[in-house]
Amino acid sequence: MIYEFLSNITGSEILGAIISAFLPLFLFILPFALIAVLLERKVSAHMQDRLGPMRVGYHGILQTVADILKLIQKEDITADANDKTLFNLAPILVFAGSYAVFAAIPFSSSYLGSNINLGLFFIIGISGIVVAGILMAGWASNNKYTLLGAMRSAAQLISYEIPTIMIVVTILMVTGTLNLKEITELQSGYFWNWLIFGGNVTGIAKYLLIPFMIVGFVIIYISTLAEVNRTPFDIPEAESELVSGYHTEYSGMKFAMFFLAEYANMFAVSAIVVLLFFGGYHSPFGYLGNTFGITWLIPIEQLLWFTFKGVGFVLVQMWLRWTLPRLRVDQLMAVCWKYLIPIAFVNLLIVGLITLL
Amino acid sequence: MTVYDIIFYLFALITIGSAFFVVTLRNIVYSAFFLLFTLFGIAGLYVLLSADFIAIVQLVVYVGGILVLLLFGVMLTHKITNVQIKTGTLQIIPSAVAVLVLAFALIKIFLTTNWKTMELVSQNSSAQGLGVLLINQYSVVFELLGILLLIALIGAASMARR
Repeated sequence: MIYEFLSNITGSEILGAIISAFLPLFLFILPFALIAVLLERKVSAHMQDRLGPMRVGYHGILQTVADILKLIQKEDITADANDKTLFNLAPILVFAGSYAVFAAIPFSSSYLGSNINLGLFFIIGISGIVVAGILMAGWASNNKYTLLGAMRSAAQLISYEIPTIMIVVTILMVTGTLNLKEITELQSGYFWNWLIFGGNVTGIAKYLLIPFMIVGFVIIYISTLAEVNRTPFDIPEAESELVSGYHTEYSGMKFAMFFLAEYANMFAVSAIVVLLFFGGYHSPFGYLGNTFGITWLIPIEQLLWFTFKGVGFVLVQMWLRWTLPRLRVDQLMAVCWKYLIPIAFVNLLIVGLITLL
Repeated sequence: MTVYDIIFYLFALITIGSAFFVVTLRNIVYSAFFLLFTLFGIAGLYVLLSADFIAIVQLVVYVGGILVLLLFGVMLTHKITNVQIKTGTLQIIPSAVAVLVLAFALIKIFLTTNWKTMELVSQNSSAQGLGVLLINQYSVVFELLGILLLIALIGAASMARR
């Protein structure tokens, strides 16, 4: 485990803990955000038959670096009518909430922030802080667009948490644990052991589970998409009606923190889907490290597989964003309460019956 | 001072300090936001007592549910209606008496109780034991509580429709 390794090297528990707490930020989220912002612009451009950013570097590779340099230089504007304390606190709270999720995500078998038994439940619980942070940002900006955006965002987050939790309970019934590492280990081996293919259950129950697992995957993907406020569920920051939602008033680095939190959330949500249904960090075909007998290669391969699967789902999110139009508020609520929740309930019952058999 | 102690005092400081601000601040939105830190600090204290399940439930129910509801209520009324919501002090003498009596009783209980101290047992997880107890020993209570919550839900829905 990386934490023990670091505390051995530095000779102090506290220093080791602090370094291992910062690792996902510098090794993962920042590079991911750098790449994902560029990717988003490139993907959208190519979908619309454009070229996207082309000026900085080869085919615009360095565009995000330039953007970040620009954001650092920008003036930090706080309007007179803003509530200074809460206005400055909100971006920190939102980022802290979305970063805390990464504490429980196993990136590979040897790198995991905290191997808590209730990891999955922790991820759901800690995201409540993000809701409070968004409401704080919306209120402190003292602007009707931001307040409306924050309200919509919070309402959406709370509503779509219910189908997510229903699917998590479904998974819990199949796996019998909420520990994310154990859930991943249950899906080891080849790709037909992934939970979307019924997990490592044997016999006829496995084939019975597959259709319901696919339903569960679709529901959790839709509802997590809504939780990160991506199109088609981006009414909290609907540009055409609300300027840009709860972070309208923010500029410079504070805006960058919201942006970073948003991209961190995108990956976190994809990571949850990957962990629950697509085998987490496990390779679908076995490891090169096993074939050549090099044990230290396996965790690195796992990290690569995890990143690969996560980024794959982020790409699907981008694909949806540039394909689908935005929902209306009433449609948004109808999708959640009239379709997703009843289907999730029925799914839960059927999966429960199958696991009892 | 071990790391455990430092973390304990940190969380205790967060809880007590923000609870103090919740009561004293005049602006009700500030109070609501400070409540967030109080609840968070309490969740941290639960984790230190190795009650991980209760800590997360604290986050889900209080931070994710009740606090957000409270914020919604405050924000939808504040600055939109003309009534300025401020917390003021009313009836100082009766409340002071009541608070003193309560504080005295609590301190008395705290001092006279024969506290049993146990060695810290590193539990694997409190959730499993809790679940087994709920389903076996307290299953009737559990079901009744579920029905109670269902009644509250139906009541709220029917009131909202009116």
